[in-house]
Amino acid sequence: MAVTAAAPKGVVFENTRKPRSLWRDALRRLMRNKMAVASAIVIILIALMAAFASFLPLHPPVDYQSRATDPGGGGTRLPPSWQDGGNSKFLLGTDASGRDVLSRIIFGAQVSLMVGFIPVAIVVAIGLIVGMTAGFMGGRVDMLLMRLTDVVYAFPDLLFIIIMLSALRGTPMANILDGLLLIFVSLSVIGWVGMARLIRGQVLSLKEKEFIEAARSIGMSNRRIMVSHVLPNSLAPIIVAATFGVPGFIISEAILSYIGIGVRPPRPTWGGMVQDGYSNINAAPHLVWIPAACIAILTLAFTFLGDGLRDALDPRMND
Amino acid sequence: MTPYIIRRVLWLVPVLLVVSVVTFSLMHMAPGGPWDRDSDQKPLPAHIIARLNKQFNLDKPIHEQYLLYMWGAVRGDLGPSYTQPGKNVGELILDRIPYSGRLGLQALLLAVLIGIPLGVIAALRQNTWVDYIALFLSTIGSAVPSFVLGIYLIIVFAVALNLFPVAASDWGDWRAWVLPTIALSVGPAAYMARLTRSSILEILRQDYVRTARAKGLRENVVVVRHVLKNAMIPVWTVLGPITAGLVTGSFVIEQVFSVPGVGRFFVSAISQRDYSMIMGTTLFYALVIALGNLIIDVTYGLFDPRIKVSK
Repeated sequence: MAVTAAAPKGVVFENTRKPRSLWRDALRRLMRNKMAVASAIVIILIALMAAFASFLPLHPPVDYQSRATDPGGGGTRLPPSWQDGGNSKFLLGTDASGRDVLSRIIFGAQVSLMVGFIPVAIVVAIGLIVGMTAGFMGGRVDMLLMRLTDVVYAFPDLLFIIIMLSALRGTPMANILDGLLLIFVSLSVIGWVGMARLIRGQVLSLKEKEFIEAARSIGMSNRRIMVSHVLPNSLAPIIVAATFGVPGFIISEAILSYIGIGVRPPRPTWGGMVQDGYSNINAAPHLVWIPAACIAILTLAFTFLGDGLRDALDPRMND
Repeated sequence: MTPYIIRRVLWLVPVLLVVSVVTFSLMHMAPGGPWDRDSDQKPLPAHIIARLNKQFNLDKPIHEQYLLYMWGAVRGDLGPSYTQPGKNVGELILDRIPYSGRLGLQALLLAVLIGIPLGVIAALRQNTWVDYIALFLSTIGSAVPSFVLGIYLIIVFAVALNLFPVAASDWGDWRAWVLPTIALSVGPAAYMARLTRSSILEILRQDYVRTARAKGLRENVVVVRHVLKNAMIPVWTVLGPITAGLVTGSFVIEQVFSVPGVGRFFVSAISQRDYSMIMGTTLFYALVIALGNLIIDVTYGLFDPRIKVSK
């Protein structure tokens, strides 16, 4: 009671500011990071462009265009509009098969973004289930997971993905979405292991914390403890890992399409465009550097965003 | 230490077994076989296919094929190539190892020579512009995929400036190696720079560094003897994952620069469905990575006495 006695009369202690949640704090920190904000804007712009690609006034990405505009013209390749012989209707020109490059770039963004997000979603879902079970229950699931990760870590994932893709190329699954479904599956099959291991580690360290013990002591079920205590507290590292996972998947798809076993032509992909233009790199380097730049910009944006999220969600790094 | 090494060496066996079983079954799950021809070509006559199948043991049940293959592989015989008659997969791989090995080692060396000094400088000048530039460079270096980087190197230095060949044909010429080595080394260099930086910052906060300073050692001596030496331990351990990264990176870079190495061999084997070449190269890669990790883990124990105590 000494404390109340010491307080001067008439003074009311009020909260001088609203209580802030962890997430609101993190968002504030994220917004202060210029690179992360710029990257988020770039990603949103690319995503909007990709999502509404069909509504934009573009030439179809898979049709031969030059002949229509230049009947009787010699080559089918049109240079970009700023070069001699360029046509303002085809801003970035057309490729060796006479297809509009700008349109292919924009439609190609669809593939890169889908390949970035969908496998990550699958990986997080599987990783959560397996990682939580392994971390919380321990025992056989845990042992199996650890042994599996040992094997997976000892093996380059891209190599496995390539083997899997080439093995399943002739199956009906490989025809769905021009082969995209098979790519999603192959990327996820390897990717979930690392995520599960990360989540398992989170669960193991949280499990020993006092508030979990408190929850258990009031008779909460394991399931409720996992959903309402362990999961929210391990979300931050999961979000960071997922954000860093996105550029990894985008690069893998670009490599696969570049080697020629990724998405099936004629569906445009940036990696495939690099491959298409490569044989002509001396005469038309823009057919290679434009899609390559797109891959670099998108992966850089996700990396900077991931860096920003990590710093924002882990206040210890900032102070 | 010795039991640990033995355990680690024995651990290679199940890893390679799993890799071989998975690859083997994936290859054989695939519809179509190595004798399929494209639709525009004349299919091979049935009796020839039967003879080929017999010659390559493809007429036996799959588990028997696997056992026959592994029995050969253990004795160093990776079987004949399906697409290059008369050639043995083991010899074909051996022919290409010098190219891939040289590329990988050069890239690793370059990554160490760039990454570690960059990280050291950044850490010692923490929160100055030197640090920010180093961090920015290493973020870009680790985010931009090596094949995109390789393509830009080609466009700038080979196509525009004409300093190096676009597609080298003479690999005895040192100029052929410059661009692929740089392209392959940037990712690992960036990774090492970041790791070295954070490792040094961590060590600088340790009590023994304060002690070293308190007893009046010159800053150079503190940094070299107390900080660098200890900061290099975590850097050493990532050489394992970096080896794996170089291996993965190598077959893309070999493709971009037409290096006649194991990676390009693997990619062409995939498109030709050459089972024995795919199996052979996959096992070779798995062995390289597993051995890399093994060497790193074992030497790690030698460098850091604390590891032995906790074992």
